[in-house]
Amino acid sequence: MLLREGQVRIPSGCAISGIINKKRKAFSGGIIMDSIALMHDRSNGLGGGFAAYGIYPEYKDLYAIHMFYDNEEAKDRTEQFLKGHFNVEIGGRLPTRKVASIKDAPIIWRYFVSPKRYKITESELQEDEYMFRCVMRINSGIDGAFVVSSGKNMGAFKAVGYPEDVGEFYMLDTYKAYIWTAHGRFPTNTPGWWGGAHPFTLLDWSVVHNGEISSYDTNKRYLEMFGYKCTLQTDTEAITYIFDLLLRKCGLPLEIAVKAVAAPFWSEIDRMGEEEKELLKAIRTVYASLLVNGPFSIILGSNKGIVALNDRIKLRSLVAAEKDDFVYVASEESAIRAVCEEPDRIWAPRGGEPVIALLEEVDKI
Amino acid sequence: METSEIDMKRKRIYAREEYCVGCRLCEIHCITAHSRYKDDIVKAFKKSAPRPLPRIIVEESKPVSFGLQCRHCEEPECVKSCITGAMQKDPETGIVKNDETRCIGCWTCILACPYGVIRRDSRGKKIASKCDFCLEDGGEPACVKNCPNEAIYIADAGKPIKSGEAEEPGETNQSGGSVEYEESGLREKGCEAR
Amino acid sequence: MSLSYQTPEFIVERNRERCIDCQVCVRQCANKVHSFDEEEQKVVSDDSKCVDCQRCVCMCPTRALTIRRNPLEFRENANWTPQAIKDIYKQAETGGILLTGMGNDRPYPIYWDHILLNASQGTNPSIDPLREPMELKTLLGRKPEALKIENGRLAEKLPPQLELEIPIMFSAMSFGSISLNACESMARAAAELGIMCNTGEGGLHRKLRRYGKNTIVQVASGRFGVDADYLQTGAAVEIKIGQGAKPGIGGHLPGEKVGGEVSQTRMIPMGADAISPAPHHDIYSIEDLRQLIYSLKEATNYEKPVSVKIAAVHNAAAICSGIARAGADIIAIDGYRGGTGAAPTRIRDNVGIPVELALAAVDSRLRDEGIRSQVSLVCGGSIRNSADIIKAIALGADAVYIASSALIAMGCHMCQKCYTGKCNWGIATQDPDLTKRLNPDIAAKRLVNLLSAWSHEMKEMLGGMGINAIESLRGNRLMLRGIGLNGRELDVLGIKAAGE
Repeated sequence: MLLREGQVRIPSGCAISGIINKKRKAFSGGIIMDSIALMHDRSNGLGGGFAAYGIYPEYKDLYAIHMFYDNEEAKDRTEQFLKGHFNVEIGGRLPTRKVASIKDAPIIWRYFVSPKRYKITESELQEDEYMFRCVMRINSGIDGAFVVSSGKNMGAFKAVGYPEDVGEFYMLDTYKAYIWTAHGRFPTNTPGWWGGAHPFTLLDWSVVHNGEISSYDTNKRYLEMFGYKCTLQTDTEAITYIFDLLLRKCGLPLEIAVKAVAAPFWSEIDRMGEEEKELLKAIRTVYASLLVNGPFSIILGSNKGIVALNDRIKLRSLVAAEKDDFVYVASEESAIRAVCEEPDRIWAPRGGEPVIALLEEVDKI
Repeated sequence: METSEIDMKRKRIYAREEYCVGCRLCEIHCITAHSRYKDDIVKAFKKSAPRPLPRIIVEESKPVSFGLQCRHCEEPECVKSCITGAMQKDPETGIVKNDETRCIGCWTCILACPYGVIRRDSRGKKIASKCDFCLEDGGEPACVKNCPNEAIYIADAGKPIKSGEAEEPGETNQSGGSVEYEESGLREKGCEAR
Repeated sequence: MSLSYQTPEFIVERNRERCIDCQVCVRQCANKVHSFDEEEQKVVSDDSKCVDCQRCVCMCPTRALTIRRNPLEFRENANWTPQAIKDIYKQAETGGILLTGMGNDRPYPIYWDHILLNASQGTNPSIDPLREPMELKTLLGRKPEALKIENGRLAEKLPPQLELEIPIMFSAMSFGSISLNACESMARAAAELGIMCNTGEGGLHRKLRRYGKNTIVQVASGRFGVDADYLQTGAAVEIKIGQGAKPGIGGHLPGEKVGGEVSQTRMIPMGADAISPAPHHDIYSIEDLRQLIYSLKEATNYEKPVSVKIAAVHNAAAICSGIARAGADIIAIDGYRGGTGAAPTRIRDNVGIPVELALAAVDSRLRDEGIRSQVSLVCGGSIRNSADIIKAIALGADAVYIASSALIAMGCHMCQKCYTGKCNWGIATQDPDLTKRLNPDIAAKRLVNLLSAWSHEMKEMLGGMGINAIESLRGNRLMLRGIGLNGRELDVLGIKAAGE
C-alpha cells in the first residue's frame, strides 16, 4: 500500500526558481512559469508549485487561506473551525483551468479572514502565534484538510504535475505579484499527493527546496520541542519551521539565522577574531540541532523579500542574477536567462553564503 | 622506542627502573643475539651447551629492578687495566669494545670494572664478554628492541631523558626508587643492590 | 580440612618443544602459577591458580604457552549450568558474597548489535571524509533555548561548556581501584586528544593536578578526596549517584589496596576499607540533589558545568527529567554492562538495564517535555567500538564515556579478578611490583591510537550517511534501523525495523 507524505518520508530532487521586484512592481506569473518550464527535466511530473506575494492588494490586511479538501466532510469541519476562530470576509472556490495532465484535484478553496479579536485576547497570544496554532490544528486535527498557505497578501499554488502545467491550471498568468517562487519536484515515490508538493508555507513564509537533508530527524526532534508538528515529514516543512523558529520566535537577525542553518566550519571559526569567534561558537552550540546537513538550495520567501541559500559545502546548484530592480535566483543559469537575457550581474553564491533581496523600505526580515 | 638508523656517535643505553618489570627478556634476547642462532630463540637456547651468558644483567631488589650493561665509560677502568690492549674505546662513538683476537682471558678487566658488567665468555673460550652495543648487527641493541615496557632506551651520552614529564623536585614515582647514572666517577645511587 | 570441590577453571598448556625454561613466566605471574623446579631443572605450572590473564602468554619469548578452559565437563544441564553449580560450591566453602570485576558478562541481548546504520544512495550524496571537512567537535553543557543577540553581537554569555575535540571521554575509574600509572596514562591521553578524563571516586592525585583542564572531578557518596582545591582543579564536577555495574550500592576498595598514596589522595587512614555509602547521605530525594548541585555551582563560582551520573535503571526517563530540572548541566547514564573494580556478582549481573534502551527513553522523554537542551547526555557501559558510538549519538547522546575499552587498550585481558589487587597488567593493583608494568608512555600512546582510529572510523560512517558535522547525527533516529528486534523494543528505541 503506497503511503503519502506524512505517513512516510519521501525524499526528492528538484528545480527551483525565484524572481523579486524590489520596488514592488508586480509582474505576471507567466514569467516565472517560463523560467521553471525550462528546467522541465529536473522534475518528473509528480509535483510542482508556486508562491506569490502581492497578489491580493484589495485584501492585503486579511489572511488569505488556501485550502485542499479531500472531501466535503473535511471542508465542512474546517469551515466550522474557521468560523469559530476567524471573521471570514469572503470565501470561494479557487479558480482553475482544465489541464489534461493535472488530474485528481482535491477541492480547492480560498478564504480571506481575520482572527476574532476576543479570541486573541482570550488566548493571550500574539496574532501570528494564534494563526500558527490554528494552522497546526487544522493540519493535524482535521482529516483530509490541508492548509496550503495562510499568509497576508500572498498565496501558494501547487499540484501533482509539471510546474508549468500547474501554473496553467491555476491561471497564474492572470495574477500579478512582486515576488514569485517556483518549484518542480522529482519525488522518489509515486503517490505524489498534492499537499506534498512545494512550496511549503507557514504564515507568510514560503520555502521551495532542492535537495535532501540528512539531518532531518535531528532537526525535527528539536523543532517538536517548540510546538512544531512535522506532519508532512518533508524536508521543506522542517526548513520552513527552522526559519520560523529562528526569525520569528527567537527574533534573530537574518545573518545569524543563516549562520545557524549553514554554519561555517570550526576550522574557519578558529581563524576569526575573538568576538566573532565567540558569537559563532555560541550559535553553533545553541543551535547545533538546527544545522542543516545534506545538500540543499532553498528560496525562503516572505512579505519582506527573499533569501536564497545553499548548504555549507554547496552540494546543490544555485545561481543568482540582478537586473535593475529585479533579482533572480534559480537552480540553473539557463532558467534565469530564459526570462532575463542580459542581467547586470550573474553569479553563483558560495556554500553557506545567502543571497538576500529585500523589498524597498524593508531593512530586515 | 624506535632504534633504527641510530647515529653511532656517542649513544648509550639507559634504564628506567620505574618501568623495569624484572622479566629478563633483555637477557634472553642478548643471549640469542650473540649465539649461533640469532633469529631462533628456541634453537639458541636448546642447542647451545653450555647456555650462553647475557651481557646485560638485571639487578633486582624488589620492587626495584633494572637492566645493567657496560656503561662505555668516559675513562674506562677496563681499558686502563687491559694488559694486551684488547679493550679499546672507539674515539668517535665512545663504545668500548673487546678485540677477541687479542684477549688472553686474564680477567683483570673483570676485577677492575666498577659495575661488574664484564663476565667470562660462556662459550668456554678464555675471553672477556661484555655489552658490545650489538655493533655487528647494525647497532640496534637487541635488549632495547625487545624490552616489553620500554624500560631501557637509547639516548645521547650524558643526557638520559627523564621518563614522562618533569616531576617536581623530591617527587618519587610509585615504586619509590630513582636511579641516575653518572658518566664519570664510581658512585651511583641505587646500584648497591646486587 | 574438608575436601574442596573447586576445580581449576583454566589449564596452562606448555609446548615443551618451544619452552626454553627461561622463567619469564615464573617472574611475571602474580598468582604464582609458574615455578622453577630445581630438581627437574624446568618450569612447571599450577593450573588451579590461573585466572587466564594471559600475561605469561604475551611475555613468553617463544610463544610456548596457551591457556584453555578446563575441559572438565558436568553432565549437560541447561538449568544447572557449570557456573551455577560452581558458584554454590564457592559460597558453601566461604560463606561470603561472590565478588567479581569488570562488567556484566551474561548473554543478555546487546542492542548495539541489533541496530544498523544508513548510507546515502542516489537521492543524497555521501561525503568523502578524506576530501571534505568532517566535524566531530562537541560541546557539553546546558544550552539556552535561544541566543540573545543585540546589534549583531552576543548579548548574553552561554552557561559554561566542556569543549571536546571528539565525543568520547574516559569514564570514572578511581585511583585505588586502578593504579596511578593507569590514571596518568588516561590523563595524558585526554590532554593530547582534547577530551576529558574522569577521576572516579578516588580523588585526584597531586601528580595529576596538572591535567586539571582535562579532568572531570567526581563527588561520590564517600566524598573521598573532595576539598576546595579538588573542585577548583577540575574542568567540571560530577555527582555520582550510581554506576551501571552496581546500581544501588557504593564503591568498595579493600583495605589491602589502601597504601600511602591512596590514603593521602582519598583522605582516609591507611589500610582502612574504603566503602562508599549506598546513597549520598545528604541526598535522600530529588530536591536534596538540587541543593548539592547548586552548592557545587556556588563553590565553583558557576564557572564549571555540573554533571550527575546515574545507573540505567527502570524509570531512568523520569529520573533524568527530575535531574535536568534540578539544575544539572550534563547527565551521564551508565548501563548495566558497565565495568568495576569490585562488585557483588549477583548485583552486577542482575541489576540495571541496557544503556541503549535507557538512552533512547531518556532522550525521548526530555524532548517530549521540551527540556532536552537543558542538559547534555553522556552514555557509557559498554561502548566497545566506533559503531557503538555512532549508534549512541544517533539515539540521542551528546558524547560517550569509555572505561573497559580504555583498560583493554592499556593491556587488560578481562580476567575479572580486579578485586584481588593482583592485576598482572599493572592496571587494577597498587602493588608497586605490578604497577611498574604499566608504562604511561606506552599506555597513553595506545589510548591515543585507539581513539584516533575510532575518530577516523566515525568520520567514514558519518560521511556515508551524508553528514559532515556530528551535531546533525544527534538524536537522528531515522538513520537507524533495528534488526532482530520485537515491536516493543523498536518502540522503546524509537527506531524503525530494517526494510521500513
